[in-house]
Amino acid sequence: MKKIEVRDLDLFYGEVQALKKINLDVEPNSVLALIGPSGCGKSTFIRTLNRMNDLIEGVKISGTVLLDGKDIYKEVDVIELRKKVGMVFQKPNPFPMTVYDNVAYGPRIHGIRDKRTLNEIVEKSLKAAALWDEVKDRLHHSALSLSGGQQQRLCIARTLAVEPEVILMDEPTSALDPISTMKIEELIEELKKKYTIIIVTHNMQQAGRVSDYTAFFLNGELVEWGPTDQVFYNPKDKRTEDYITGRFG
Amino acid sequence: MKAKLYDKIATIYFYVVAGFLVAFLISLIGYILYQGRTRLNLSFLTSPPKFMEAGGGIGPQLFNSIELLVITLIISVPIGLGAGIYMAEYARPGLFTEVIRLSVETLSSMPSIVVGLFGLLVFVTMTGWGYSLMAGALALTVLNLPVMTRVSEDAIKSVPSSLREASFALGATKWQTITKVVVPAAMPGILTGIILTAGRIFGEAAALLYTAGMSSPALNFSNLNPSSPTSPLNLFRPAETLAVYIWKVNSEGLAPDARQIADGASAVLLLAVLTFNLFARWLGGVLYRRMTGER
Amino acid sequence: MDKRYEVARKRQDMLGKVIVFSSAVLLIVLVISLFYFVASKGLSTFIVNKIPLKEFLFSAEWRPDREVPQVGALPFIVGSVLVSIFAILISAPLGVSSAIFMVEISKKMGQKILQPAIEIFVGIPSVVYGWLGLSVLVPFISKHFGGLGFSLLAGILVLAIMTLPTITSVSADTIRSLPVEIREASYALGATRWQTIRHVLIPAAKPGILTAIILGLARAFGEALAVQMVIGNRPVIPKSFLEPMSTITSIITMEMGNTVMGTAWNNALWSLALLLLIISFFFIILIRLVGRRGMYR
Ligand SMILES: Nc1ncnc2c1ncn2[C@@H]1O[C@H](COP(=O)(O)OP(=O)(O)OP(=O)(O)O)[C@@H](O)[C@H]1O
Ligand SMILES: [Mg+2]
Repeated sequence: MKKIEVRDLDLFYGEVQALKKINLDVEPNSVLALIGPSGCGKSTFIRTLNRMNDLIEGVKISGTVLLDGKDIYKEVDVIELRKKVGMVFQKPNPFPMTVYDNVAYGPRIHGIRDKRTLNEIVEKSLKAAALWDEVKDRLHHSALSLSGGQQQRLCIARTLAVEPEVILMDEPTSALDPISTMKIEELIEELKKKYTIIIVTHNMQQAGRVSDYTAFFLNGELVEWGPTDQVFYNPKDKRTEDYITGRFG
Repeated sequence: MKAKLYDKIATIYFYVVAGFLVAFLISLIGYILYQGRTRLNLSFLTSPPKFMEAGGGIGPQLFNSIELLVITLIISVPIGLGAGIYMAEYARPGLFTEVIRLSVETLSSMPSIVVGLFGLLVFVTMTGWGYSLMAGALALTVLNLPVMTRVSEDAIKSVPSSLREASFALGATKWQTITKVVVPAAMPGILTGIILTAGRIFGEAAALLYTAGMSSPALNFSNLNPSSPTSPLNLFRPAETLAVYIWKVNSEGLAPDARQIADGASAVLLLAVLTFNLFARWLGGVLYRRMTGER
Repeated sequence: MDKRYEVARKRQDMLGKVIVFSSAVLLIVLVISLFYFVASKGLSTFIVNKIPLKEFLFSAEWRPDREVPQVGALPFIVGSVLVSIFAILISAPLGVSSAIFMVEISKKMGQKILQPAIEIFVGIPSVVYGWLGLSVLVPFISKHFGGLGFSLLAGILVLAIMTLPTITSVSADTIRSLPVEIREASYALGATRWQTIRHVLIPAAKPGILTAIILGLARAFGEALAVQMVIGNRPVIPKSFLEPMSTITSIITMEMGNTVMGTAWNNALWSLALLLLIISFFFIILIRLVGRRGMYR
């Protein structure tokens, strides 16, 4: 069974249509990369998958998005949905709290109070985000004192602490240096074993390196999607080929 | 789920608080206007007060309030604007700028009764003017300067630097750039600010008790000799304002209709302040649209 | 270009700078002279009339018209503290809640209704608040709770209304300026709006909210007429919420006009003014210390 199925998804910002009839499936435990020129709707699309667009006024959505066969706009409670579908943003956005409290925030709001359990979750999540060794001595320092790359991995740890099934990443490395980027790419490789990952990226090499599937967006349309090798080396659509070979965008 | 229940309860709570405040304000305004309704007529607004008997008006007090407002603005707007320009365009980070900033903050949180006492000592006693319009205007200037400085500084700082650069690139001096480009562009913000502060000046009483005084000579509007005590042009006559009058009537009002007078005067004061507020909103909107070229 | 014109332009440029610079300097001069003049009179109590600072601050005997004047200001100091603190205890929760409503719960209604309402609250002159307190609140208290109505309680309620808009608008500005990203991060983890407000936004806005509260407190402390009109002005420390009392500002307002400059009584009033000045300066310093802890500033 598919993890996510998107059917005829349209999205409007007021009068402006930002997504046009999107149809797409996501396999469980795979990495799907979303590529396309700036403003083509990648962020908009990824934010429909955990209903972050609900927070923006004037957004109209039609079509269906199924998670494990259930319509997330009709059959799933938005809070349950966001627990299952976590998100990592383009700019690292730690809360102005300690490292520990950042990671423990999710479990806490979902009702976990027990100190020992929280400790375990924090440690496990930070380890899974490959950050534990760097912060284990400053768990109770402000998260804002970490470097950008560390902050981003902290945000990943924070997402993992809620034990999601799907992780959405919107250009998670675009604000980071090459070393931090590499660490996060390695991390994605690792996380794929447990989670389904959808990642937006402007970096073709990155898409090639980390993803199993690739989807190419242009002007709100999903032009083409399929296994990464196929999209990269044997695209069906001329526009995909032009974009990937760098002829426009 | 518990979290969702709490969220619902919290949402309801916030709506209740907001609704309560708005309802409260409306009933407050409604009450004042309702109580003062019988006095909202021309004769009350123009005739002089009476002592020991009913039927007095608030003519001189209203006039004093307006005159005092105008004089205060004439003194404090240029200085406040100047200081605002300095802070926005010239001040460099450093001790001196910090001291000015601290001064502005200190002045703006100064209790107005303290400013009144300062005025009593310096503008009333040391100058030898006695309780006078001028002393009142200077005390109000002390209150208004920090506000004016802040308003101008904020308005000027929000002018995009591309405008300044464009002017400099044409060879303008800094002063030309400020006076011909920056300040005009900041005008909507500055004007709106002036009108809002005008509302505050108009309603101020504590700073005036011991500066402009608690009495007003009957004014003779055909007397244009500025040294005559009954002339409206005399800046050194005692000049009780409307706000001060409300205070005085309640504490030592001898007229049998003292209560109605205070009701009426409160309604007038409130209407004035509401007018300032609405006018500032309206003007701000108009000027903003004109600047951004929207219609 | 014309040489003479160039010279004139330069001079004008210089002159402009001098003018705005002097305006700024005038502000400093003003603050210094305020402190100087108020202090020069206010210190006379201790220097000329030889009243010990301890008596002034800690004695409750206010009999300044005696042959040997007693000027214990404790009732006024305690009065000011009581009335301000309790007023803030009411207005702070309401103010912060309405700020949250404006920014997080309903932006539309906030902008169209609550924000203008708050601005009008700020604009209403304090004598009008005082008059309302006197003509509505005082009789109400007297009728339903007993006593004269002129009371600590009346002062608290009037000040609560007057400090509320300050707290609301400063808190709203702070919360509004928090980055949208931390809201999104919280929602993306499945938090409800209330959880986001409670666990992310309020903690992140804490320095600003604290600043708002201190500003409200400063306003309460310095307010004179509205309080003076409703508290009954008896120079005693109130033993209950329903008893009349005095504050620093109310005693100055009441007695300054009845005293002769240079007497011990008059000097004592100036000492109270000096005390007010020092306290309001202290609030400013406090706000600066709190503000410096801001995380997103
Ligand atoms: N809140 C919004 N209101 C109105 N229009 C929006 C909003 N957010 C995005 N848009 C518009 O929708 C379109 C798609 O934007 P989106 O952010 O999804 O693009 P993107 O592919 O993520 O671009 P980038 O690579 O630059 O992040 C753009 O034309 C954008 O201007
Ligand atoms: Mg994007």
